[in-house]
Amino acid sequence: MTATTADERLLRTSPLRKLLGRPELGSVVGAVAVFVFFAIVADSFLRAASLSTVLYASSTIGIMAVPVALLMIGGEFDLSAGVLVTSSALVSSMFSYQMTANVWVGVGVSLLVTLAIGAFNGVMLTRTNLPSFIITLGTFLMLTGMNLGFTKLISGTVSTKSISDMEGFSSAHDLFASTFTIGGVDFKVTILWWFGLVAVASWILLRTRVGNWIFAVGGNKDAARAVGVPVNKTKIGLYMGVALGAWISGQHLLFSFDVVQSGEGVGNELIYIIAAVIGGCLITGGYGSAVGSAVGAFIFGMTSKGIVFAEWNPDWFKFFLGAMLLLATLLNAWVRKRAEATK
Amino acid sequence: MARTRTWAIIALAGALSVSLAGCSSTGGKRAEDARKAASAQGKAAVNTPRWTFAMITHSGDGDTFWDIVQSGAEQAAVKDNINFLYSHNAEAQQQAQLVDAAVDKKVDGIIVTLAKPAAMKAAVARAEKAGIPVVTVNSGSEESKAFGALTHIGQDETVAGEAVGEELNKRGRKKALCILHEQGNVGHEQRCAGVKKTFKGTVQNLYVQGTSMPDVQSSIGAKLQADSSIDSLVTLGAPYADTAVKARNDAGSKAEIDTFDLNAKVAAELKDGTLGFAVDQQPYLQGYEAVDLLWLYKYNSDVLGGGKPVLTGPQIITKDQAAKLEQYTKRGTR
Repeated sequence: MTATTADERLLRTSPLRKLLGRPELGSVVGAVAVFVFFAIVADSFLRAASLSTVLYASSTIGIMAVPVALLMIGGEFDLSAGVLVTSSALVSSMFSYQMTANVWVGVGVSLLVTLAIGAFNGVMLTRTNLPSFIITLGTFLMLTGMNLGFTKLISGTVSTKSISDMEGFSSAHDLFASTFTIGGVDFKVTILWWFGLVAVASWILLRTRVGNWIFAVGGNKDAARAVGVPVNKTKIGLYMGVALGAWISGQHLLFSFDVVQSGEGVGNELIYIIAAVIGGCLITGGYGSAVGSAVGAFIFGMTSKGIVFAEWNPDWFKFFLGAMLLLATLLNAWVRKRAEATK
Repeated sequence: MARTRTWAIIALAGALSVSLAGCSSTGGKRAEDARKAASAQGKAAVNTPRWTFAMITHSGDGDTFWDIVQSGAEQAAVKDNINFLYSHNAEAQQQAQLVDAAVDKKVDGIIVTLAKPAAMKAAVARAEKAGIPVVTVNSGSEESKAFGALTHIGQDETVAGEAVGEELNKRGRKKALCILHEQGNVGHEQRCAGVKKTFKGTVQNLYVQGTSMPDVQSSIGAKLQADSSIDSLVTLGAPYADTAVKARNDAGSKAEIDTFDLNAKVAAELKDGTLGFAVDQQPYLQGYEAVDLLWLYKYNSDVLGGGKPVLTGPQIITKDQAAKLEQYTKRGTR
């Protein structure tokens, strides 16, 4: 250091130190550990087909974990994200069926409805100033009831009718639920959706003004508002982002399984939050990354399927999950502390 | 310091004397061990290679019914020299992924439930493409054949519901309440629809939150207080029968309580007349036969059922049979 202290923001940091400051570092270390662990204990874990199954399981969580991570960086929760996926699939399926329309019409309507629900969450939050925990808990319960109620009312049963023989189904299936083969191994298209979302979200967070706004509103809402950040718009946008993720996941559910069970999705919202937290997002907001959420989802996918490959008793699955969540979060906190201490 | 030590010694001595003097001559672990000794013991009865069979069900966590299915499957696995794997998830997507994982493991046979048939279609097809024989069990009798499974073992839910309706007619009932503890379960809907079909009186459906017993009890109680003309309650799972009994007693109603499925408590209450009847689908048999049929197919290419589902129910169980079944429910095989 010279006598004239330069502005600390202009200091050149070494690449290693930059790496240590990344939110997802702890989770990457955790992911490597989990991967090596299952590679040792489960002999079928390293097969290409098995890894494809693990990636698919990770992608179904990861697609939602990305916007949920963004929302958490923005300092908010969404407890309605799990059932919103089911709602989105139900709207799409039932609209196409009842109107005897091309399924793409249902897909479009579903996008509008899902985004509207996301916007509702955001507007309620910014208008009432109630905690997002309460607002989205209300939405969660309402959606759970509406999923069952409307499905029963319209279809007469608790699951939707098949739409696989309708026009547009095959092209929609190609987009949302097809499989592609690389080197003799089948991969699900959701993996591409997932990677795409991670890339877009990372670009938004790190390279655009909106990304700065997200960090700002999550870090300190009032300070952000004082310097001219559109806090309300940002938060509503974040909730609509979660809705977009729910729409993609919902369409995947519908087009891969053709029939949607109205009672599903409950409890998944916590899994998305877990994936984001394992990936280095802070519950308090203002810190985290999209790549981290993907790593978190990957850890989750590896664990949930690794236990099967290892032929363990599935009764203990939730226990391992909880233990892993704690370990990963502790590791994150420790790495972050080290990174800040060396600055 | 000295005082605490004295207290500790007194407490320890007290605990010891209580534990020595306080042995129960009835029930408990000792009685259970005696019952276990009376149940089947494990040693392979065949010398076929050690195949691996995976069973994937739509059960939630900690479900008594699936415990019994599992114990039947495990018993058959011991006899047939099978390495038996069990996994389950209540979400269709997760269940399909578990089937995928079993296919990746290259198991020798797969047993799967088709509670959400559309969701399982691709996974089952993938198993067959990999040359793994599939037996469906418990739910999905209509789809099993279309999906290319060898056999389906289970009970037709609609037929089971119809049997309940008939039995209610026999007992001269007029107004029944069908209690669904899992909103969104197609099989449950079919059961209540079956009751409606054959029952000459009126049937109402009541949805309760099966994951919370106090909620089940208060919902049934409220319904009975609101409508005193209900003279029979039909619960769709054994654990809910006892809860319905409590609700009925609290509400001061005279309604008869009947249930699907068995457990130790239901058998005891059938015996003493608290419950009217139970309709059983023999879960032990479902698990046992599924493993055994896969073994027969691998060993001898045998297929049972002639292209039709193999039914394990419905079996109406009343006071007369309950006494005999009670000992079996206690060891967890009925």
